[in-house]
Amino acid sequence: MIHVNVYEKWWIGLTTLMLVVFGTAVGVSAFMGGIQVPIPEARIDPRTVAADPKFKDGSLQMLAPGKYVAYVRAQASPWKFFPEKIEVPLNSTVTFYVTSGDVQHGFRIDGTNINVMILPGQVSKMTAKFDKAGEFPFVCHEYCGVGHQNMFGKVIVK
Amino acid sequence: MLAAEKKLASWHIFVALAALALGASFGPLQALEHMGINVYPALQSVGLQSYYQGLTLHGILNALVWTTFFITGFLGYATAKSLNRPLANITVSWVGFWLMVVGLVMAAVPLLLNLATVLYTFYPPMQAPWYFYLGLTLVVVGSWVSGVGMYMTYWAWRKDNPKETTPLIALASLITMVLWQICTLGVAAEILALILPWSLGLVQGIDPQLARTFFWFTGHPLVYFWLLPAYISWYGMIPEQAGGKLFSEPLARLSFWLFLLLSTPLGFHHQYVDPGVPEGWKFLHAVLTYAVFFPSMLTAFNVIASMEIGGKARGGKGLVGWIFHLPWNEPSFVTQVLAMILFAFGGAGGLINASYNVNLVIHNTAWVPGHFHLTVGTAVTLSFMGILYWWLPHLTGNKLWSSKMALWQAWIWFVGMGIFSNGMHRLGLDGAPRRTMLGVAMENYGNETWTIPLIMVGVGGQILLISGILFFTNMVMTAYFSKEKVVVEMPVAKPYHAGATPVWLNNWQPWLAGTIVLILIAYGPMLFQLISQAQFTSPGFVVWK
Ligand code: HEM
Ligand SMILES: [Cu+2]
Ligand SMILES: [Cu+2]
Repeated sequence: MIHVNVYEKWWIGLTTLMLVVFGTAVGVSAFMGGIQVPIPEARIDPRTVAADPKFKDGSLQMLAPGKYVAYVRAQASPWKFFPEKIEVPLNSTVTFYVTSGDVQHGFRIDGTNINVMILPGQVSKMTAKFDKAGEFPFVCHEYCGVGHQNMFGKVIVK
Repeated sequence: MLAAEKKLASWHIFVALAALALGASFGPLQALEHMGINVYPALQSVGLQSYYQGLTLHGILNALVWTTFFITGFLGYATAKSLNRPLANITVSWVGFWLMVVGLVMAAVPLLLNLATVLYTFYPPMQAPWYFYLGLTLVVVGSWVSGVGMYMTYWAWRKDNPKETTPLIALASLITMVLWQICTLGVAAEILALILPWSLGLVQGIDPQLARTFFWFTGHPLVYFWLLPAYISWYGMIPEQAGGKLFSEPLARLSFWLFLLLSTPLGFHHQYVDPGVPEGWKFLHAVLTYAVFFPSMLTAFNVIASMEIGGKARGGKGLVGWIFHLPWNEPSFVTQVLAMILFAFGGAGGLINASYNVNLVIHNTAWVPGHFHLTVGTAVTLSFMGILYWWLPHLTGNKLWSSKMALWQAWIWFVGMGIFSNGMHRLGLDGAPRRTMLGVAMENYGNETWTIPLIMVGVGGQILLISGILFFTNMVMTAYFSKEKVVVEMPVAKPYHAGATPVWLNNWQPWLAGTIVLILIAYGPMLFQLISQAQFTSPGFVVWK
């Protein structure tokens, strides 16, 4: 074995302790607290999403009072989200299905835990509850061409 | 001594610095844009078509070209020096070098012509001309060839010294090169199997999720390929420069072995929010990412303890008194110590990025470039600058043109980067996306909390520009206009405790076997699934004209 100085033993011990504490906190919040990262939802043919009835102009459906699903399509050139405005009543839970028919994009909604990559060929799914009234911008956070900075929309909660 | 190796190293440095000079020059312009001063329309007259063309050049020239050329040159030279013998076959290294240069030219042409404005990650289905990708591949392959030159030298040394322990600097250089060769298999597979056939028009489509996975197989260990040469200097040279000794040589070796073992099987931490990867795999890579934090913490202790030995040997007393007795007038030392200090913040931020769901807060926000300008942009780049403050005089025999200017350069970088990076981190927490013209985005969807940090980014960027100018002036003056000759040797730290190195810290087989097994476990099943379920449905797009 190798000789390890006592202070260094403490340092190693504290590092290990810190990592164990952080790792546990992350694991518990994710798998018991439900603060989860996106997981595989569905595949889709990117060549036809622009014609898909749900994704063409995007859409919002009410499943039950206060429970919605939103279909969102990201597009480069011209750079736009479809739809650009999503209006839901206060305290709604909205599940977003997002995809792209061209290049990669990103999707992040202010004030929520929704932050996901949009990949052509994949449908990204994330859910958030909107329990504050107001306007919450969603923005594209992956470079998608020269109009990338103009790509945004908003969720309006009333 | 080693005249031919010196020439080889000088050529690597020349290309590396040229890349950094052009690449970094876009940084302050990007920072100005964030502050609301958009100079890009004016730059169209000199052929720069957009902010994003500049950003692509900035990312590729700084993060890929400056680093790879510097590191390939440095590792080869350090190996020869540390084993105290010439490279076994220097022609191999020259072949490697020229392959890298040819690759660089092939990639640079489409970049400069605005045909490849795809950023340094070149995520499909954005599509650049095939020769852009082939050029990048040749840069990597060239560095592999130079790596083979290093191994041949090591084998020759081993034959002459069958019983001896490999000197630390040589061992660490070899480990870094092996790590690089293993991890770049990912991007090689991405380009050769997926992107080249598709950009040549031989196949119609590509699977973007699969391509990303191959990319990040390389993308994370890439950061250790950047960082480990700095660690080689911090462990193997800085203790000597501080007037001290390396506190624990065995633990230094252990950290390099741990980096080899742990830095590849964790690329999914860049894909926490990718739709096509299940959470179990993401969590596994999160845990492994925490594990690789460990050797960096070992490094922090060991390097600081070594400097303490130096400070005390120079007459410093007490818990902190030694700090004031460090050689604060020595540019190479000061530059690297400042790099270490900012790296501490980079490391803390990195732990946050690594934290699985906490990453949801900052993924792809301005926080991320805020983080990596502390790591690759400072811990690595500022350390390499510090290395050059002794290395260039060592190679050329010319005295460093101005020590004073070098000291100013380091401190100005430290201050400028502190301000710039703090602004970027704050913007990220307030939801500003990365890779975005934030000056324009501010009008579109920004909010008033961005105002001050955007100014910090702009101002910090200009302070960094001053530092950059001082650095390059010093390099050019030292290389070409110096009148005074000096003999500067490569600093080599001696161990604090003499003693034999345990066999398990000098033996490649178990570590290499462990590395491969861990990669197979952490990537094998998921990669197999992604490949077998791949859908090659995405045609190429050009979205930057
Ligand atoms: C002169 C000092 C520098 C300044 C002012 C600067 C500034 C910037 C800015 C404003 C961005 C855009 C961030 C974004 O919106 O995503 C950026 C991106 C970047 N910088 Fe720097 N930078 C500097 C030096 C460096 C150095 C030395 C390196 C690495 C060796 C580096 C590597 C990068 C990389 C990899 C990106 C990301 C490009 C991308 O997202 O595709 N920078 N820099
Ligand atoms: Cu975008
Ligand atoms: Cu990483």
